[in-house]
Amino acid sequence: MTSLSGLDADTDARRAVLGVLARATRDDLAAAWTAWPDKPDVFDVRAPETGLVMVRGRMGGGGRPFNLGETTVTRCTVRLGDGTVGTGHVLGRDRVQARLVAVFDALWQRPRTRPAVEAAVIAPVRARLAAEDDSARSETAATRVDFFTMVRGDD
Amino acid sequence: MYVAVKGGEQAIAAAHRLLAHERRGDRSVPALTLAQIAEQLTLAVDRVMAEGSLYDRDLAALAVKQARGDLIEAIFLLRAYRTTLPRFGFSRPVDTAAMLVRRRISATFKDLPGGQCLGPTFDYTHRLLDPLLAGDPDLPDPAERPADETAMPRVTDLLNDEGLIEPDPAETDAPVGDLTREPLSFPADRDLRLQALARGDEGFLLALGYSTQRGYGRTHPFVGEIRLGDVEVEIDVPELGFSVAIGRITVTECQMVTQFKGSAKAPPAFTRGYGLVFGHQERKAMAMSLVDRALRAGDLGEDRVAPAQDEEFVLSHSDNVQSTGFVEHLKLPHYVDFQAELDLIRRMRAEIAARQEAAE
Repeated sequence: MTSLSGLDADTDARRAVLGVLARATRDDLAAAWTAWPDKPDVFDVRAPETGLVMVRGRMGGGGRPFNLGETTVTRCTVRLGDGTVGTGHVLGRDRVQARLVAVFDALWQRPRTRPAVEAAVIAPVRARLAAEDDSARSETAATRVDFFTMVRGDD
Repeated sequence: MYVAVKGGEQAIAAAHRLLAHERRGDRSVPALTLAQIAEQLTLAVDRVMAEGSLYDRDLAALAVKQARGDLIEAIFLLRAYRTTLPRFGFSRPVDTAAMLVRRRISATFKDLPGGQCLGPTFDYTHRLLDPLLAGDPDLPDPAERPADETAMPRVTDLLNDEGLIEPDPAETDAPVGDLTREPLSFPADRDLRLQALARGDEGFLLALGYSTQRGYGRTHPFVGEIRLGDVEVEIDVPELGFSVAIGRITVTECQMVTQFKGSAKAPPAFTRGYGLVFGHQERKAMAMSLVDRALRAGDLGEDRVAPAQDEEFVLSHSDNVQSTGFVEHLKLPHYVDFQAELDLIRRMRAEIAARQEAAE
């Protein structure tokens, strides 16, 4: 997806980071924020707000889109003291989580704090998500049917 | 005709207090937590999300608790809640081919790339009640086996390679219909039909799907594929100028492969019905795909002779919140309407009696 997006490398990287942040739990984010040294000032550009996004599917899986149903989404936009703007969108209704996503998005955009965001949030969450996916895949694979053919011999 | 009736206030307040008491049940039994409902009554929660047309596990669990396990009441609660929230927009269509698959089976192909993965299924259980579950038995961890890297293409895409099956309907510039914005009108396009079916009552759709199997609009269906798993929800964020993934949802997809259709110009090919539902809702996804196919009768040049093929009938009655609203409103006070009926019937009887008397 990322390489096909036609976006520059930095934007691609930010998309990926936002994707990871959106799946971080509130506890992941809150712990990292609590431990964050010299916290910047954070101002709400758009305070956390919960609303609906209509999820779409495709006819037959790959055809024309149709509306499947809605999901709750919470979004937030913040500005740091130095003017960096961060944005957060998460599934569900957790305002604290959405705001923390926005804060870490902003911190990640600053070259000065990016490595710390990568180390404190992105890398561990990404590793946990990958491990969860791996174990889901292994659990599913264990239920895979290995067909074998019975040969009915006459002799 | 509705007339304000006063005098129920105290009775209503006492009834609701009694309801809360009954909902709680025996106080010596610990209260259910929402986590218990969300984690252990997952399929009830999934049904409420699917038919409530709102993906939010915690809210659906709350609705199940508040509704005392009455799922249609819970669906109603979720539908009512959604009207209180603003709509931010819509997602990019979810990509079920890229799903993190938890279960994937095909009844048409034994050997297919990615294989047949049974996942967490009731299939092949003996349907014997398990007395151990009266307690909290120790469970072994799930079996694991290294997953190979084989992709799991959709079965319909495999058949498509040979041209044996009709392709997915091509995208058009037409806006995507949304029955939460515009009331349904007929004829309804397939986008609206699928939206209505996705939130439609499982029991109603199950019965209709079954009716097509029994001959009321037969389509000779095979399950090309059922898959269950997690898909990414991605939205375009105008202020960013690009799309972002905002999390994953669980969906069930069913590809029903149905009888051939050909013409003077095109050689015969299998036709298809499609089901996609929030959560783990296999029976519903299957029923949806059968009914979707039946409703395509008109598009495919088939005679519409059966209830499942009649879109006005199906779509006007598939929504259990609408159905329950109209059925259950009958129990509300109709004193004045009924008074009018009483007057009418007395007058009719009096007229007949007068006529008989005159004839004697």
